[in-house]
Amino acid sequence: MKRRKFDMAAAPGNAARGLDDRFQVATPLRRLLNKVFPDHWSFLLGEIALFSFVILLLTGVYLTFFFEPAMTEVVYNGSYAPLRGTPMSAAYASSLDLSFDVRGGLIMRQMHHWSALLFMAAIVVHMLRVFFTGAFRKPRETNWIIGSLLFWVGFLAGFTGYSLPDDGLSGTGLRIASAIMLSIPVIGSWVTSSVFGGEFPGDIIISRFFIAHVLLIPGLLIALISVHLGLVFKQKHTQWPGPGRTNGNVVGERMFPRYALKQGGFFMVVFGVVALMGGLFQINPIWLFGPYEAWVVSAASQPDWYVMFLDGSTRLMPAWEIPIPIGDGYVIPPLFWPTVVLPGILVGLSTLYPFLEARHLKDYRSHNLLQRPRDVPARTAVGAMAVSFFVVLTLSGANDVIADKFQISLNAMTWAGRIGLLLVPPLAYYVTYRICLGLQQHDREVLAHGVETGIIRRLPDGRFVEVHQPLSAANGHADGHGALEYVGWVVPKKMNRLGALGPAIRGFFYPIEKPAEAPVSPGHPPVEPRPEREEISSGESRR
Amino acid sequence: MTSDNDRRRGLLARLRERPAARSRGRRRLGAAVRLFAALMLAGGAYTVFAPGVQAQDNPPLTGAAAEGKALFDVSCVTCHGRNAQGVEGRGPSLVGVGAASVEFQVGTGRMPMARQEAQAQRKPKVFTDEEIRQLGQYVQELGGGPIVPEGDDLHSDANIAAGGELFRINCSQCHAFGGGGGALSSGKYAPSLRPASDRQIYAAMLSGPQNMPVFGDNQITPEQKADIIAYIQETLKHDQDPGGFNLGRYGPSTEGLAIFLVGIVALVFASLWIAGKS
Repeated sequence: MKRRKFDMAAAPGNAARGLDDRFQVATPLRRLLNKVFPDHWSFLLGEIALFSFVILLLTGVYLTFFFEPAMTEVVYNGSYAPLRGTPMSAAYASSLDLSFDVRGGLIMRQMHHWSALLFMAAIVVHMLRVFFTGAFRKPRETNWIIGSLLFWVGFLAGFTGYSLPDDGLSGTGLRIASAIMLSIPVIGSWVTSSVFGGEFPGDIIISRFFIAHVLLIPGLLIALISVHLGLVFKQKHTQWPGPGRTNGNVVGERMFPRYALKQGGFFMVVFGVVALMGGLFQINPIWLFGPYEAWVVSAASQPDWYVMFLDGSTRLMPAWEIPIPIGDGYVIPPLFWPTVVLPGILVGLSTLYPFLEARHLKDYRSHNLLQRPRDVPARTAVGAMAVSFFVVLTLSGANDVIADKFQISLNAMTWAGRIGLLLVPPLAYYVTYRICLGLQQHDREVLAHGVETGIIRRLPDGRFVEVHQPLSAANGHADGHGALEYVGWVVPKKMNRLGALGPAIRGFFYPIEKPAEAPVSPGHPPVEPRPEREEISSGESRR
Repeated sequence: MTSDNDRRRGLLARLRERPAARSRGRRRLGAAVRLFAALMLAGGAYTVFAPGVQAQDNPPLTGAAAEGKALFDVSCVTCHGRNAQGVEGRGPSLVGVGAASVEFQVGTGRMPMARQEAQAQRKPKVFTDEEIRQLGQYVQELGGGPIVPEGDDLHSDANIAAGGELFRINCSQCHAFGGGGGALSSGKYAPSLRPASDRQIYAAMLSGPQNMPVFGDNQITPEQKADIIAYIQETLKHDQDPGGFNLGRYGPSTEGLAIFLVGIVALVFASLWIAGKS
């Protein structure tokens, strides 16, 4: 019997053929694998959020193996001595066990928390990228809305997770949440008592939040993320304008193998950063907060950063109660405005923004090319305004820590926040607008007059002029200036970008041996090839 | 009315009436004299038998207290006034604050104050331990007050878990869960507990310095005080931070800072790097 030789090289092909014979996947897969994605670093910010969500799922599953979502009172008898013998809820005791007695539990908990913070941070940074480049415009408004909903659903996921360990800090957060719910006119008390199963804190809230945190909210997140990614596939990714790039095509890398490999590598990087942070930086030391008791409220009780702006708005809100003389009298507490009305307005404004802008600009066309922030000063300035509004509120959310550590009066911080909230956003709008106009003007200037060479020439009559290198050959203009049109992409502003000085040394840590070509741009003229450079030496022969 | 009647009756009538009036006046005078004599007697008897009020004004100060008074008259008298009775708008009276207060305020360098401000700050102490003891003795002899028990180690054999619970209920509101301190209103603050010794924490609880409430022995018993000190000294100061660098134990605010400064910055660099790869 002849022994058949196994052909290693043909194995993948055979396997693939076998698969295709059975499932007929070649045609759809080819379409999928050949899908082209434009490549730019800023397009990877959303991936950070996606990958940290994957880490959240992985670490979260591990945590559920050991976490006990119950408020039954137990007496702690684990290995953390300073709490031994203290009565506490089963949830808190199991969180302590996770931190001290479960192997790898603490780093899992910390990675889970860090990736939660990273998830929200990446969402916000990604959202800023989308906003400032105009990627939300038609046809992608739906994806913008889904993205902003993802922030709020992530917000809920974060808040429910923050509450689960039932330590002093999370109990304080829950107390505030219950107060916020209570502040809603008319339905407030019903909402609170149905969420908490009676009066705060009750004995059901941890198990309710648990099921929301591990099932309902992640389910919603996965659904939204799937639709989000599906729409990116369907509508194709936006791209920067550039040579060969039009509103009707996509220039980039194929999904397989390059893009997929890069994404796989980037996932590893994200995982590595989260793991490093989880191992190096202590987050949420629940053992120091102690079990939650209604009378325990520590100084510097802050929510996680993405909730802090609501804490800040609460701290800045003056104590204006609105009494309504109906029946026995009714009061709208001041808490209602910064914690219910403000987020409501923010959700409305952020989701409606694409439509508001389109209506304002009367621009109802489809856009697949991005815009540089400087080219749309009004939008960029509005974005800066929103960011500064958020930053002032977030800083005010930590104003007691800032006041203490920088030795500023807390009252001064509060007033600075109140005044800053009104003054800083308009100021940011104005400054950003002017900066955008300045950058635009500089681009146009370079296009019209060329790049500054740094060479100063003295004219016969004694004047000094700086020599400019025009970007295009003189075409019909007597002064040698060819008017180039701005096409919305980077204008070279340095001689080495034109190849005149040789390209800047590229490479991240080590210079890449062969200098890459100077970045191409639409405004980039065909410069004559750089003359061979001779080594400049002292003249005497080395040989 | 009387003068009108007198004028109508004439001089004689008026003279005739005088003896009667004089006898009434004399009676009254006599009563007054007797009352005065009785009061003098009672007062005298009181001064003889009761411990003299005068006697407390100039008690014989013990040696240490006399030394302390000398120091006081040089360094503290400007604000706390003669005999530590306080100066309006500058410094409070020290009568009755006790040696515990002196030990805390002077021992942590808070007194003498550099300037009048929202709250005295901890700084390198000006006096030696011996001088602080003398000052404390002087203030103690002025009007009594709380004293810190003897010894430098006030927390051995204490219950750390009980101390933790008491700390979270009574102290963490201002000093924060990690003992790092926190802001109060108008520039006042609860200081960090990191540099505090056993005796200083005990003295602070007893005397309620600056904006801190007094936790007298009837509110927190000496045993409970020892528990709290044990929790601060053994757990908060010597906690190994099992999770890694503790980010200053400021809670979520520095964690939020870290995720942007470390996480997002690192990953943006990574995305710049990976997107530039071709």
